[in-house]
Amino acid sequence: MIAFFQSPIFVNLAYIFASILFIFGLKMLSSPETAQRGNLVSASGMLIAILVTLTQNEIIAYEYLLVALIGGLLVGVLAASLVKMTSMPELVALFNGFGGIASLLVGVAEFINPSSSTLIQIIAISFTVLIGGITFSGSLVAFGKLSEIISGKPLILFGQRFVLSALLLIAFLLALELIISTGILNISSQTILFILIGVTLILGVLLTAPIGGADMPVVIALLNSYSGLAASSAGFVINNNVLIVAGALVGASGLILTNIMCKAMNRSLSNVLFGGFGAATSSSEGGGQIQGEVKPITAEDAYLILEAANSVLVVPGYGMAVSQAQHVVRELGELLEDNGCEVKYAIHPVAGRMPGHMNVLLAEANVSYDVLAEPDDVNPLMDTVDVCIVIGANDVVNPDARENEGSPIYGMPVIEVDRAKTVFILKRSMAAGFAGIDNPLFLKENSRMLFGDAKESISTLVSEFKT
Amino acid sequence: MESQALLVLLLFVLVLSIFLGFELINKVPSTLHTPLMSGANAISGITIVGALLASGGEGTFSSVLVGTFAVFFASINVVGGYLVTNRMLKMFKKK
Repeated sequence: MIAFFQSPIFVNLAYIFASILFIFGLKMLSSPETAQRGNLVSASGMLIAILVTLTQNEIIAYEYLLVALIGGLLVGVLAASLVKMTSMPELVALFNGFGGIASLLVGVAEFINPSSSTLIQIIAISFTVLIGGITFSGSLVAFGKLSEIISGKPLILFGQRFVLSALLLIAFLLALELIISTGILNISSQTILFILIGVTLILGVLLTAPIGGADMPVVIALLNSYSGLAASSAGFVINNNVLIVAGALVGASGLILTNIMCKAMNRSLSNVLFGGFGAATSSSEGGGQIQGEVKPITAEDAYLILEAANSVLVVPGYGMAVSQAQHVVRELGELLEDNGCEVKYAIHPVAGRMPGHMNVLLAEANVSYDVLAEPDDVNPLMDTVDVCIVIGANDVVNPDARENEGSPIYGMPVIEVDRAKTVFILKRSMAAGFAGIDNPLFLKENSRMLFGDAKESISTLVSEFKT
Repeated sequence: MESQALLVLLLFVLVLSIFLGFELINKVPSTLHTPLMSGANAISGITIVGALLASGGEGTFSSVLVGTFAVFFASINVVGGYLVTNRMLKMFKKK
């Protein structure tokens, strides 16, 4: 009986079953109603894959792997249960990095194992090390930027592209030497592998450092894709289909998200990766002067307008998360609904620090997911909206994206809040957004600035409603 | 199996999986993109299969050691990824 469970046919069938569960799990993510079950389905696929691997007769010693498994389990449980929802991008960046280094180490372990590797395996090992290394160090830099351990500003070194190209070429030549082993370098193949690892780690840092804080959603999505590709490539190293399938699914997922993020910013991927956007200066300064004046409003006056409104659209940005205003925002939304007003939330794809981040923060504050809308859903109806409340969002509501061809964000799809009857903008001060460009929205005829901490301003509105 | 035939088979699986991935992920609504990323990230921890074989299988001390570190990182990825995804998805409710 035990022999059957260890037979290659059973093991491979179990891996196929695990792949099916991953696919179904992802399929169930297509609706918030089934998503949680989908995640469990996917997790059970993983459990099956792990258990089947553990019972294989190729495994001869358990002491090391059990220590590592239990250690990883504890760290994983702690990290997952302690992390705040605002810090989710950092955690995902870190986990991406761990996935990358794990795949890299699988490649290395296979390489230094005395049992001889085939040519295909060595090619796969080189690729796994390359992608895994870039994923690991790149993710650590992204983690550092997101958690503000290191500056979020784009770091552009002189001749960066030249250094990058040179390093890529070196990495390619090292990989080639590993594969065909001409012996030109007169050093052992293991040393070559370690040099290759070093080069890929530097590459990861150099690829991520020039990318500014505002572009982090793209970077995390891309690193997500890389971690999948690394796993897929590790599948070629150990000739295992389940790694290839699962890795390819993740790779595709990351690529799609990267593409969505780039489209939402109307920029190409290469512009995000090499552009150093935050460092660019605004080209609109010299040309068309912005007309109008800033019209502040008090919370009391804002309340009177809101009380008479029939439809309200809330446009949250990362500023809402920073001031932890999502709970009072939900309370205000409920009070407005009780008052007979229709409340919706318009979320731009690049609001927050990772794709879908604002949705998670609002879900945490108990906002029903069916009132969360995308720009394409709300823009056609914008003329009928009585009040737009912009909380801590700036660039994603900038009318320059439609009106000013000289603006660096011209052409970017935005939420067209300026077409609503009245726009409240909750802001600490008149400072520019992430992209460092002016926003003429603040000066429009129908705009009212509600200065101060977003949480306090909303709380005042809430208490006005209650009295 | 002959190694070339094996390579073709594995590449075949790779290409089909990528297309399948595009089809599946395109249907995920933007509201679930964060849980999608953390969930996909947990799936990429499948590399743990290779790590377990390296850590528990036959090999030199150094290959076992490297494999053991791989198990550690991959299991953080798997366990943490699925748990945090579950924590997020639990919050998505309709009233």
